[in-house]
Amino acid sequence: MINTVCPIEQSCVLTTAILLPVLAAAALMLINRERHTTIKWIALAASIGNLIAVVPLFTNFDKTSARMQFVEQYRWIEAWHINYCVGVDGISVLFVLLSAIIATLCVLVSWNSVKDKVKEFYIAILFIEGAMIGVFAALDMFLFYMFWEAMLIPMYLLIGVWGGPNRLYAAVKFFLYTLTGSVLMLLGVVAIYIVTGTFDMVRLMNTQLPFNLQMLLFWAFFAAFAVKVPMFPVHTWLPDAHTEAPAAGSVILAAILIKMGAYGFLRFSLPMFPDASQAMAPAMVVLSVIAIIYGGIICLSQKDLKRLIAYSSVSHMGFVTLGIFSLNMQGMEGGILQMINHGVITGALFLCVGMVYERSHTREIADYGGLASVMPIFSAFFMVFTFASIGLPGTNGFVGEFLIILGGFTANKTAGILAATGVIIGAVYMLCLYQQVFYTGVNEKIAGLCDITLREIVTLLPLLILVFWIGFYPGAFTGFMDATVASLLVKLKGGEMHALNTLIQAVVR
Amino acid sequence: MQISELSPLLKLLPEMIVASLGLVLLMVDAFVKRKEVVAGLALAGALAAFFSLKFGDFGVVFGGMFISDGYSVFFKLIFFINLILSIMISGRYLKDENSLHGEYYCLLVFSTLGMMVMASAGNLITLYLGLELMALSTYVLAGFVRHDTKSTEAAVKYFLTGGFSTALLLYGISLLYGVTGSMDLRTIAAYIAQHGVSGNPMALLSLVLLSCAFAFKIAAVPFHMWVPDVYEGAPTPVTAFMSIGPKAAGFAVLGRVFLYALSNMSVEWSLILSVLSILTMCVGNVMALVQTNIKRMLAYSSVAHAGYALIGIVAATPEGLSATMNYLFIYTFMNIGAFSVVLMLHTKDFKALEISDYAGLGKTHPILGAAMLVFMFSLTGIPPMAGFIGKFYVFMSAVRSGYLWLAILAVIFSVISAFFYLRVVMYMYMKEPQRPGMELTSSHAIGAALAVCATFVLLIGVMPERFVEFAKAAVKMLYFQ
Repeated sequence: MINTVCPIEQSCVLTTAILLPVLAAAALMLINRERHTTIKWIALAASIGNLIAVVPLFTNFDKTSARMQFVEQYRWIEAWHINYCVGVDGISVLFVLLSAIIATLCVLVSWNSVKDKVKEFYIAILFIEGAMIGVFAALDMFLFYMFWEAMLIPMYLLIGVWGGPNRLYAAVKFFLYTLTGSVLMLLGVVAIYIVTGTFDMVRLMNTQLPFNLQMLLFWAFFAAFAVKVPMFPVHTWLPDAHTEAPAAGSVILAAILIKMGAYGFLRFSLPMFPDASQAMAPAMVVLSVIAIIYGGIICLSQKDLKRLIAYSSVSHMGFVTLGIFSLNMQGMEGGILQMINHGVITGALFLCVGMVYERSHTREIADYGGLASVMPIFSAFFMVFTFASIGLPGTNGFVGEFLIILGGFTANKTAGILAATGVIIGAVYMLCLYQQVFYTGVNEKIAGLCDITLREIVTLLPLLILVFWIGFYPGAFTGFMDATVASLLVKLKGGEMHALNTLIQAVVR
Repeated sequence: MQISELSPLLKLLPEMIVASLGLVLLMVDAFVKRKEVVAGLALAGALAAFFSLKFGDFGVVFGGMFISDGYSVFFKLIFFINLILSIMISGRYLKDENSLHGEYYCLLVFSTLGMMVMASAGNLITLYLGLELMALSTYVLAGFVRHDTKSTEAAVKYFLTGGFSTALLLYGISLLYGVTGSMDLRTIAAYIAQHGVSGNPMALLSLVLLSCAFAFKIAAVPFHMWVPDVYEGAPTPVTAFMSIGPKAAGFAVLGRVFLYALSNMSVEWSLILSVLSILTMCVGNVMALVQTNIKRMLAYSSVAHAGYALIGIVAATPEGLSATMNYLFIYTFMNIGAFSVVLMLHTKDFKALEISDYAGLGKTHPILGAAMLVFMFSLTGIPPMAGFIGKFYVFMSAVRSGYLWLAILAVIFSVISAFFYLRVVMYMYMKEPQRPGMELTSSHAIGAALAVCATFVLLIGVMPERFVEFAKAAVKMLYFQ
C-alpha cells in the first residue's frame, strides 16, 4: 500500500518509544522476584532510556508543518486494510513527551512505597507507558483502539492490587465505565471502516462523511471520550479510582489517562466529524461549564486529600473541553496547553500526596495541620503546585486558563463568565486545603515526619521546572501546536477563517 | 475444486485415520495394562490425522453424501486441536479420580469422528449419523467417572435432553423431505430456489425444528438448560472437550444447512437466529454473574459465547460465516486454556471448584495466574488478546449486514461479561491466599497444552492476519455454489 501520510523516510523514534518499555517489562518477567533492587533499577533505566529516546521529538519536530511527522507505516492485517502506522503532529507530540516524563516519575515515586509484588508493579507501569505512548502516536484507528483498550488491563491491576482499602470497588468501577464507553467507540470504528473502507486516520481526516452519519459517530466516540475525560455526568468513576489507586496510579490517571479523552476529541471528533462537532459544540460547552462549577463546588466539601484533588480534575478538565469546543484558536490552544498543564500540576500534586501518605498513612485533611514547620521543603514544593493549580500568573496554570477563558468569551459570553467563576472557586478550595494542611497548629498525628529526600526532590523538580517554563515562556510549547491547530480550524470553519486566525495568533503573541 | 482422478478414498483420508485410530485404540486397550500407552497412541494418531488434513483431497464422494472441502477442513482443524488438547489435559485428572480407562480415549476419538462427519455432511442422513455418533460418545464421556453421582447425573441429563433434541432434528428432517422430496442438501437448495417455499407452513415448521435441534447442540438459549448441570457434573476435561467440539460441530452444520441449503429462506431463519442470539447472550452473561462455581461460570460463559458466534450466522453472508468460524477457532484456545487452569488446581484432596479458591493464585503461582489472566481478558474480548479479534470480526460482519442493533446489544453484553471474568482476576491478584501452599496437579502434557493455548491466544491477538485469511479462504472453498 502506498504511504498516504507523509512519504519521508521511515523514522523509528515512536516505535522505539512504544516497544522499549514493553520489552523491558518482558525482560522483568524473567528476573527472580526476590531481587527487588535489580527490578527497580531496570525499570528506572528503561523509563529514562525511553525519555532519552523521545528527545528527538522535541528537538527535531518541524513546528511550521501541520502534517504528521516521524511517521512509520508497515502492513499489518491486510485482510481488513489495517496498517501499523504511527506518527505525531502538533497536538500529540507533547503528550508523547509528557507520557515518557510521567512514567519515569512514577517509577521514582514508587521506589520505597511499593513493597508487595514489586516485580508485577513495575511490569504494569512499563506496559502502561508503552500503551500510553501508543495511544498518542497511533494513526490507524484499529491500532489506536488496541492501545486504548490494552491500557485498561494494567491500569485495572494497578488500582486493584496496590490500591487503598476500597480498591476492589474502585477498580471494577473504573474498568466497567471505561469499557462501556470504549465498546461503543469500537462500533463507531467499525462503522467508519464499513463506510469508507479504511482505518487510516489521516485519510479519514480528509474524508467528508454525510451529516447524519457524522452525528451518529460523534455520539459513539463521545461515549468513549466523555467517560475518559471525564465529563459531567459520567465522571463518577474518577474520584473512586484516583482516591484508591496507589500514588503512581493516581499520577498516571490524572496526568495521562484522562487526557486521552480530550485528545480523542481533537484527533477524531473535530477533524473527522467537523459538522457534527460544530452542531454539538453548544451542548459540549454546557457540559463543560457544569463540570467546571460542579466539580469545584464538590471540592469545597471534601475531607479526603486525594478525593479533593480528584474532583479538582473534573473541574479542570471542564476547562479543557470548554477550550476545545469553543472552536477558536485561543480556546483550542489553551485547551491543549491546559491538558499538559493539568498533567504537570495534578501529577505533581498526586506525587506530593503520595509522598506524605507514605509517611503518615492518612489521607484525611483533618489529620494534618502545621505541616509547613514539619516538612518545610515539601511545603514549598506543594505551595508552588497549589498556586499553579489556582492559575497564578507566572505559573503554567495561568496561561492555559487565560487562553481558555478568552476562547470561551469569544465563543459564548455566558460560558466565559461562568468559567471565570470556576477559577475563583478553584482558588477557594486550593487555598483552604493549603491552609488546613500546612498552617494552623501542628497536628500531633503528623509531628516528627521527616522531610522529603533527595530522590523525592528529584522526582518533583522536573515538574517544578515545567510549571515555570510554561508559565513564563508558553511560546516554546504553543509553538508546537500553532500550525496543526490552525489547519484544524480551517477544516472546521472553512477557508475564510484562516486569515482571521493568523491575525489573532499574531496579536496573542 | 475439480474431482480428481485419484481414488475417492483420499478425500476421506482424515476420517479413515480417525476411524482406524479408534478401532486400534480399542484393541490396544484390551492388551495393555499401562493406560498411558493408550493415551500416547491416541495423541500420536490425533496428530497424524491433524497433519493428514494437508494431504486430503477436496471433492464429493458417495453420491453427494460426503463433502470434503475447505469449509469442512477448517472445522476438522478445530476438532483435531480440541481432541489433541483434550487428550493432553485428561491423563492426570482421570488418574486422580481412579478412572483412567482406555475407553476414554476411544470415546474422544469416536466423538471427534462424529463431528467430522457432521462438518462434511452433504446429506441430511449423513448429518444425522455424524450427530448421533458424536452425541452418544459424549453422553458416555459425561458419565465417565462412574463412582461420582454428579457425573452420572450429568450423563443421564445430557442423554435425555440430547435425545429430545435428536427427535426434533429427525422431525425437522422428515418435514423437509416432505416438502422438497430429497435428503440431499444440493437438491433441497435447488428445489427451494426453483419452487420457492415462502409461506409454506411445513417448510417453516421444519426450519423451526431444525433451529431448535441445532440450538441444542450449540447450547443456545432457551435450549441451554442442560448446560450448567452437565458441565458442572461431567469430568472437567470432558467439559472442556464438549464445550468446544459439539458446539463447533453444531455451527458447522448450521452454516452448511442454513447458509447454503436453505439460503433462500434466510429472511426467516435470520429472524429466528437473531432472537436466539440475543437471548443467548443475555441469559448466558447475566446468569454467569451470580455463579460461584468456576465450572458453572464457564458453562454460562460458553452459552454466552455461542450467542456471539451466532451473530456471524445471522449476518447471513460469507463474511459472517467466516467471522463465526474465526470466533470458534479462537474460542477453542481460550476455553481449553481456562479449563486447563481449572484442572491444574484440582488435586486429589481438594477440588478447588469455587471461584474463591482462586484467591491469591497470582501470588502463589505467578505463571499460572498470568495464564488465567490472559484467558479471562481474552474471553472478555480485550485487546491484545485473541478474543478481541474474534468479536471484532463478528461485529464487523453484523454491522455490514445492517445488524447494527444486534452489534450494540452484543457489546453491551460483553461489558456485562467483563464483570464475572474480572472477578476471577480479582480473586487471583487482589485477595490473599486462603490455603497455605496451594498445591497444583501438574504434568508435562497439561503444561504443554496450557502453553500452546496461551501462545495462540496472544499470537492471534497480535498477528491475526493468517488466521483471518484462513477462515475467509475456507468459506470461499465451500463446495456448494
